[in-house]
Amino acid sequence: MKHTISILVENNAGVLARISGLFARRGFNIYSLAVGVTEDESVSRITIVADGDDYTLEQIEKQLNKLIDVIKVRTVKPDELLQRELVLIKVSCSAQQRHELISIAEITQAKISDISVDSMTLELSANESHLNNFQELLRPYGIKEVVRTGTIAIQKGTASLRI
Amino acid sequence: MQVSKERVTVARAMVLALEHEGIKHIFGYPGAAICPFFDELIKSDIQNILVRHEANSGHAASGYARVTGKPAVCAATSGPGATNLITAIATAHMDSVPMIAITGQVLSSQLGRDAFQEADITGAAEPFVKHSFLVKNPNDIGEVIKKAFYIASTGRQGPVLIDVPMDIQKMEIEFEYPEKVEIRSYKPSFFGNKLQIKKAAEALKNSKKPLICAGGGILSSGACEQLKILSEKCDIPVIVTMMGIGSIPTNHKNYYGMLGIFGRKIANQALNACDLLIVLGARMSDRAVTTLASFDDTTVIHIDVDPAEIGKNAPVNIPIVGDVKTILEQFIAEVEPMTHDEWQSGLFINKTDFEAKANTFQSDYVSPKLMIKSICKALPQKRVICADVGSNQIWTANNIEIGEEGKFITSGGMGTMGFSFPAAIGAKCADKDAEVVAICGDGSFQMSFMELATAVQHGINVKIVVFVNNKLGMVREYQTNNYAGRHTMVDLSGSPDFLKLAEAYGINGETVSKNEQIVSAVENMVNANEPYLLQVIVDKNEKSLIV
Ligand SMILES: Cc1ncc(C[n+]2csc(CCOP(=O)(O)OP(=O)(O)O)c2C)c(N)n1
Repeated sequence: MKHTISILVENNAGVLARISGLFARRGFNIYSLAVGVTEDESVSRITIVADGDDYTLEQIEKQLNKLIDVIKVRTVKPDELLQRELVLIKVSCSAQQRHELISIAEITQAKISDISVDSMTLELSANESHLNNFQELLRPYGIKEVVRTGTIAIQKGTASLRI
Repeated sequence: MQVSKERVTVARAMVLALEHEGIKHIFGYPGAAICPFFDELIKSDIQNILVRHEANSGHAASGYARVTGKPAVCAATSGPGATNLITAIATAHMDSVPMIAITGQVLSSQLGRDAFQEADITGAAEPFVKHSFLVKNPNDIGEVIKKAFYIASTGRQGPVLIDVPMDIQKMEIEFEYPEKVEIRSYKPSFFGNKLQIKKAAEALKNSKKPLICAGGGILSSGACEQLKILSEKCDIPVIVTMMGIGSIPTNHKNYYGMLGIFGRKIANQALNACDLLIVLGARMSDRAVTTLASFDDTTVIHIDVDPAEIGKNAPVNIPIVGDVKTILEQFIAEVEPMTHDEWQSGLFINKTDFEAKANTFQSDYVSPKLMIKSICKALPQKRVICADVGSNQIWTANNIEIGEEGKFITSGGMGTMGFSFPAAIGAKCADKDAEVVAICGDGSFQMSFMELATAVQHGINVKIVVFVNNKLGMVREYQTNNYAGRHTMVDLSGSPDFLKLAEAYGINGETVSKNEQIVSAVENMVNANEPYLLQVIVDKNEKSLIV
């Protein structure tokens, strides 16, 4: 089962290596990983989507907590989370196809971020399954390149993860 | 006390910091990258013990720390010096030993360029350290060292690595050693949850056949007294893990020995028969619990400082996280005295039966069991017995006699060959008044006998007992049992006469090839006021588990 794990860490050199090393070493699978600084500059937030049963998840959380640079770890149920991922997709696009792609962008609320003689780059922020659908929609045009950020997540409502 | 700042080099600051931490010995090996630090040691009262291989500086620090209960220090140069340390760091990590490893590093301007003798040691050692620091800002040194000691010695103890580029070591700073540190992301739990403790007390009250399994956590949290009190107050038999040996006197009536595949039958029987298992500061590792049929009908209370150990290897009904000593004190206050006559006497019959059966000895070779028993008889109570890895470790673990003043030191989690002798050197430095014996296998000893020079050079009076079977005995036994007796890579022909080897270092000793020679040889060894080596000839077919 997939879990979204939010980790607050000290913004120190080498933290990411320690965390990714821990996942690799203990055989925990990572689907995606996103890192960025938080409202407090000394703290980074790492969001990891990982796979595992309850035992594995418990071990992941406990082992993460043992790392000295890890301040907090939280796994929240999917329905209590707002999850987003950003994708940039470059597709082949002839002059004749432009209208079609523009209307796909309109319907899906994607943005057209770049355009050239024979290509178009679309940008969309959504949850993972939406992005998968979006990518399928574009596939017939010929996908040249897909770049995804990995999922970030925040709790719904007033609850928040802070140090 | 307000300490004012002084202008010193980082290397000097490192020495001052170690002095503040009460460090009296450093085990190390030099190279250019650590020279600024070693140079400053000249002006210090800290004794520097030059070893002959960096791994052994780490093992010596381990032995030292396991005697004092406080972090001990080893130091090495960059590159190969640092990588040679890794086995020792990993060994300390597996056994939760507080250790500070200091390594020199190439110039900070050269970092990441594959400079001569550059090794990413913080990266390489990451899986084996509790934490590590690469010092890039000279002004951080005081805080880094303070944090390192704090992290190494609290919670679940372990090794901390500090890597300092040589240019940083030479820089001048305004230095003041911090009195204390705050690490917001590191808050080890101390007290046990009161509700859980009440639940545990209730479970004990309802139990007819309770059993305590004591691990290394008892020793590292200094809870031996509490363990004894609980065991006596509630009449609970005690078994131990390899790391837990010595947590209760081996002659205690409630002591039933070590569990596990290489443990005593009676300990494993008790484990399988109990209805309540109280695990204290132990990991329930694969080597310890493989004999376990099932925990289904057993209630398990697990008390450990490391929440990640709880439920990792065995199912737990009542987990309690915190300092084992503190929790035991809470627990003891919560329980009424009780007796378990029927359960205890059933076990006791088996225990005495085992003792009687196991005391018959064949005579062509020396009996390892008799040898260990005789050593223990001859030693003063204040004793440290170190064991290597292999059959010799199992012989020692199952036959050792050790009381409240004694210590047993071995590489339990990692099973690192060659550990015993350097660990003994460290142990002796930590406690000059203790009689320290290194029990070694002839294979294991050949991984660290170069430290004979260290013992001689620094006048460290350790006694060495080498069990000679001319084989890598335990692996050979494994091949006998699992590879239809095909023995490969286990023959140690070409090994030296260990007496002559000792003699080459100016160390006396004698050979013991018959049981009849044991008593006088052991007496000579214990009476010697300098290192002394016994080479003990044992049967290559002697089993690890002598039943
Ligand atoms: C560094 C290291 N290498 C290999 C092993 C695997 N190993 C476990 S026991 C053993 C044999 C030990 O032989 P010896 O020291 O002669 O002791 P004996 O079993 O004969 O008592 C070996 C090779 C190990 N534990 N450590």
